[in-house]
Amino acid sequence: MKPALKQFLPFVLVAAVAVGAQVALRLLEMEYCLTQLTMALYYAIVVLGLSLVMGYAGQVSLGHGAFFAIGGYTSAVLTTHDFSPFNATAWAQGLKQAHVFVSREDLYGHAVVSVSPWAAFVLAMLLTFLIAHLIGYPALRLKGQYLAMATLGFGLIVYRMVLGSTVTGAADGINGVPEWRLGFGLTVSGKSALRVENYYVACGLVLFWLVLLGNLVHSRVGRALQAIHDRETAANAMGINTASYKLKAFVLSALMAAMAGVFFTHYTAGIGPSEAGALKSIRYVALAAAGGMANLWGVLVVSTGLNYLSLRGLFGSYDHAVFGVILIAIISLAPEGPLKPLGLWIRKLAGRAFKSPAERRPEHGTA
Amino acid sequence: MALLEVANVRRSFGGLVALDRVSFRVHPGQIKAVIGPNGAGKTTLFNIISGLLKSDTGEVFFKGRSITGLKPYQIARAGLSRTFQNPSLFLHMRVLENVMVGRHSRTRSEFLGCSLRWPGQPEEERSIRSAALAHLENVGLAHLAEVPAGSLAFGQRRMAELARALATGPELLLLDEPASGLNTKEKRDLGQRIRRIRDQGITILLVEHDMTVVMDLSDDILVLNNGVPIAEGPPAAVQNDPNVIRVYLGGEFKHVAASPEP
Repeated sequence: MKPALKQFLPFVLVAAVAVGAQVALRLLEMEYCLTQLTMALYYAIVVLGLSLVMGYAGQVSLGHGAFFAIGGYTSAVLTTHDFSPFNATAWAQGLKQAHVFVSREDLYGHAVVSVSPWAAFVLAMLLTFLIAHLIGYPALRLKGQYLAMATLGFGLIVYRMVLGSTVTGAADGINGVPEWRLGFGLTVSGKSALRVENYYVACGLVLFWLVLLGNLVHSRVGRALQAIHDRETAANAMGINTASYKLKAFVLSALMAAMAGVFFTHYTAGIGPSEAGALKSIRYVALAAAGGMANLWGVLVVSTGLNYLSLRGLFGSYDHAVFGVILIAIISLAPEGPLKPLGLWIRKLAGRAFKSPAERRPEHGTA
Repeated sequence: MALLEVANVRRSFGGLVALDRVSFRVHPGQIKAVIGPNGAGKTTLFNIISGLLKSDTGEVFFKGRSITGLKPYQIARAGLSRTFQNPSLFLHMRVLENVMVGRHSRTRSEFLGCSLRWPGQPEEERSIRSAALAHLENVGLAHLAEVPAGSLAFGQRRMAELARALATGPELLLLDEPASGLNTKEKRDLGQRIRRIRDQGITILLVEHDMTVVMDLSDDILVLNNGVPIAEGPPAAVQNDPNVIRVYLGGEFKHVAASPEP
């Protein structure tokens, strides 16, 4: 009983904080803030995935913005594109029978036939799975930071592609993405009437990944990833298929980014090319670093907090610069993230405050 | 049948021939030592056997099967484990976790099973932990299980690495200079420990500079010089081999032969 309690306590705490935030915002009549908080939570899923790749497996990805965009754009394109000209064809009829194609009205009241959000989600995941393998397989068979180079190039290509293609709406991106009925009476949608519901959907998704990643990092797989991070050669000699584990961790985190992208796109009813930009990818890296890398809770708190402030416009036109400064500061001042040294410092202060003068003296003597 | 057979292995780095025409066998239950002056190619030989380096020519057979060209993790799974000349623990992990990593190749839970805690995974996790703890107890480090591996002293690191290698459940254990950096008492303990490991049915191949340890422990010795084997046989024969005496300038071997360890 007791260990089980200890195990679930953090999650109960997070749930309490999530509910507390919502109730507080309602009481303060600031419930509109939930919109940015919801978006920040979706971004946090990307950063949690990066934490697995960077903090545990020790590989740097500079392309997670691109995976977010691949998820979002796949959903956006498929759910907004009108396939009604193909109505008469046998394959369109078949897809309609299979509920992959659905008829609906677009923003202007025209009847359109497009891919259902669930089917688009599955396709987005499959596409991401494939692309992540194509990028990761060659880069991760080598030792060293080849993944950073490969993903940086990949991100730039994706950015140029969504910016240059009419299918993805070029510089305007795609809007008018329909709501996504998840089932169980839940809908991912930006309607203000569904704001609270969507906040909890995002919380639920974050909690889902927290539980899964928490289990993962405290298991055989998590130890293998940390071993690879520490000493790849020794890890291999101890029986770990290092290339395969690095690849699996990378693909999993790419899938997390793409999944966040799909939810985000349905929530905001659209997606633009800036989501695929290199600056977004670097921002995710900065947030993972600021959260302490191999620290899921730290990454969640720091990432949600800073992205929320950014989305509220607090950093104004210095938005990207702020995250750049954070990254530089972390790397040069606190490579393990600021939370650990901060925690130690607070504990030291607290310890000093609660110590009696008699206990304090010898410490001063040695110092 | 030999447990390990190295057949005519050659390896060069650029123009330097590190190993040439190296052939020998290790039989089950043996403690075999590879000795030779610095730069003789001993560690290169170990790296080739354990798959960290590829040989230019020649083959390595383990349990009658060729392991030439296999990846280190595949060789570890086949039942061949090793330690390193410089203890290479995972310094950011706890001591117990280091040894738990050793159980990797003998357990199977993967990404899906571990993240979802599939039936069987928690049990496997417990079995990994208890096995690792038992291996730590065997090397006398159980009291340091929860300490970060980076905070261990040098001799303790060697022992933790030995526990980790044993946790992989090997049939053949390669020890790369296990006694270097240890004090006299630690060396004596090490000798007993290695013998006990052998008595549990694990065959041992070791590289060692400390002649007292080598002569005391080994059933069979292979002497390398400049990458080429110059003698092979039981300690007494090797000690009196004129080639070996010439390579070692006579001194050390005569000394050991004249005054055996009490």
